[in-house]
Amino acid sequence: MDKRFVYLDNNATTEMADEVKEIMRENEDLFGNASSMHTLGRDAETGVEWARGEVARLINAEKREIYFTSGATESNNTVFNIFRDIIDESPERNRIIISSVEHPASIETAKFLNKKGYHVEFAPVDHIGRLDLDKYEKMLSDNVALVSIMLANNESGIIQPVREASRLAKLYGAYFHTDATQAIGKIKVDVKELDVDYLSLSGHKFYGPKGIGVLFVKKGAPMEAFIHGGHQERGFRAGTYNTQAIIGLGKASELARLNLDNESEKLWRLRERLREGIEKNIPHVVVNGSNDRNLTLPGTLNVSFPSAEGESILLYLDMEGIEVSTGSACASGSLEPSYVLLASGLPVELAHGSIRFSLGKNNTEEDVDYVIEKLPPIIEKIRKMSTRKD
Amino acid sequence: MASNGFMAQWVYTDIVKDHFMNPRNLWKEDEDFNPDGVGEVGSLACGDQMRVGIKVKDGKIADLRWLTYGCASAIASTSMMSEMAIGMDLKDAYNLKPEDIMAKLGGLPEHKFHCSVLGDKALRAAIDDYLEKNHMENPYKATVAKIICECMGVTDQKIETLIKEDKVKNLKDLQDITGAGTVCGKCVPRLEELIVEMKHIYGKEA
Repeated sequence: MDKRFVYLDNNATTEMADEVKEIMRENEDLFGNASSMHTLGRDAETGVEWARGEVARLINAEKREIYFTSGATESNNTVFNIFRDIIDESPERNRIIISSVEHPASIETAKFLNKKGYHVEFAPVDHIGRLDLDKYEKMLSDNVALVSIMLANNESGIIQPVREASRLAKLYGAYFHTDATQAIGKIKVDVKELDVDYLSLSGHKFYGPKGIGVLFVKKGAPMEAFIHGGHQERGFRAGTYNTQAIIGLGKASELARLNLDNESEKLWRLRERLREGIEKNIPHVVVNGSNDRNLTLPGTLNVSFPSAEGESILLYLDMEGIEVSTGSACASGSLEPSYVLLASGLPVELAHGSIRFSLGKNNTEEDVDYVIEKLPPIIEKIRKMSTRKD
Repeated sequence: MASNGFMAQWVYTDIVKDHFMNPRNLWKEDEDFNPDGVGEVGSLACGDQMRVGIKVKDGKIADLRWLTYGCASAIASTSMMSEMAIGMDLKDAYNLKPEDIMAKLGGLPEHKFHCSVLGDKALRAAIDDYLEKNHMENPYKATVAKIICECMGVTDQKIETLIKEDKVKNLKDLQDITGAGTVCGKCVPRLEELIVEMKHIYGKEA
């Protein structure tokens, strides 16, 4: 096959959908401040409120439960920070439970709360990287203030049992947050069905713009302002609206709602084509996570290649125009490989040799076949160089 | 892909890229290479492992083959080391410094230097093996030792040996056995660095 450019890192970020680019271009002159009373300001506000409605519809929330942020990192930070001071009012609720495979935006912020008198505890995952519900249930008590479990993991693609975890947390009066960043646009996300109090999402993970995201806060759940200096978002998140990005996010939300079933179906088909191609053409590979569609994001495939190291695989693939990511330590700048894969019990050397393929809506069967053609000789070459051959 | 003029450089230098893409003196499985000495450092768990085989003739490295499990800079630095070492006399080869390999590669990112440039250590291990197998004295071992703790006269090589032989797992073990860093304490940060580095090289649990 002729050289192609095959982007398989859609869990890192996505290219904006044509419709998103188009609506953002159409509104590039909509420079009015959405907080101004004059016509141009009101036009901008109309755009912002349309987008808020689209996001709300996507996750089955009410418009007033949607807060625009700079992305899921800010949204996650906000949730934990809300609880920073709540401990002063309810000192007996001093425990926070998060899963061991959360994104650093949750882990690091949660750990920070240790300094505020909380005990942050990590709920373990099983061998595929899914929350161990039995162990989690045993951890729950009346002292738990907040539980945070992501809806789907960025590295393994494993979908977490959030609905069940939330139900259990509620029995003990704890609030529940889910980071839905990776799930949006890939699986159905319904805040009422999931029964969560908080939910984070990010525009750029589902074909929207970067630098814009949302925090859903269920009516009645604690909320507090952390960016002060303006009345935007009912005083909870100050700062002039990024109108164009918000409108782009609105469009991405609309597309995600309309295309969900078709997209999921297509991504799963491509994922399985890729997995079967890899397993058929490369000896000794280990698929991390699961191949059960009900437990896995449709576009994520995480594979370890024993005796081959991830950064080398990534860079050889890059030379062929194939863009992936790795759980290897070498790519992270530390000596530790992916904590997500290690949490599910994967041996360290397999984590070093892991590659994540994350498919997106622009990928085709030809893209997958190109990878299946280019990858086997790369793994063979690296294994020939390796101190271990198996 | 539209780049609008923002074109990235490659991750490493062009020399690293060349050695990564076209590794020199690779130890091919079907090749009849009977080494006089073999050295291996690192571990798969640490993410880097190197094996070096040498042929020695008239006190020189006559030929060398290597295998590496690791990232691009680990592969390239071992390949570069092989080019540098062939033809060297044993003493110079033994004294090959990671800094020399890195300079020849046109530099490496800071965080890559300690973890991925292990070729010199694998080469030294191969020379040690050669001398031991031939019951020859090893006049080089002492020459590469550097004093780390001046108060107690503890060398990096002493620390290396203790870690290699599982006698030291942490700073406290090292202090108990050698007294290093127990007097003025000035060298403690360096000792801690060395312990991490050596544990990495010899594939000891972090």
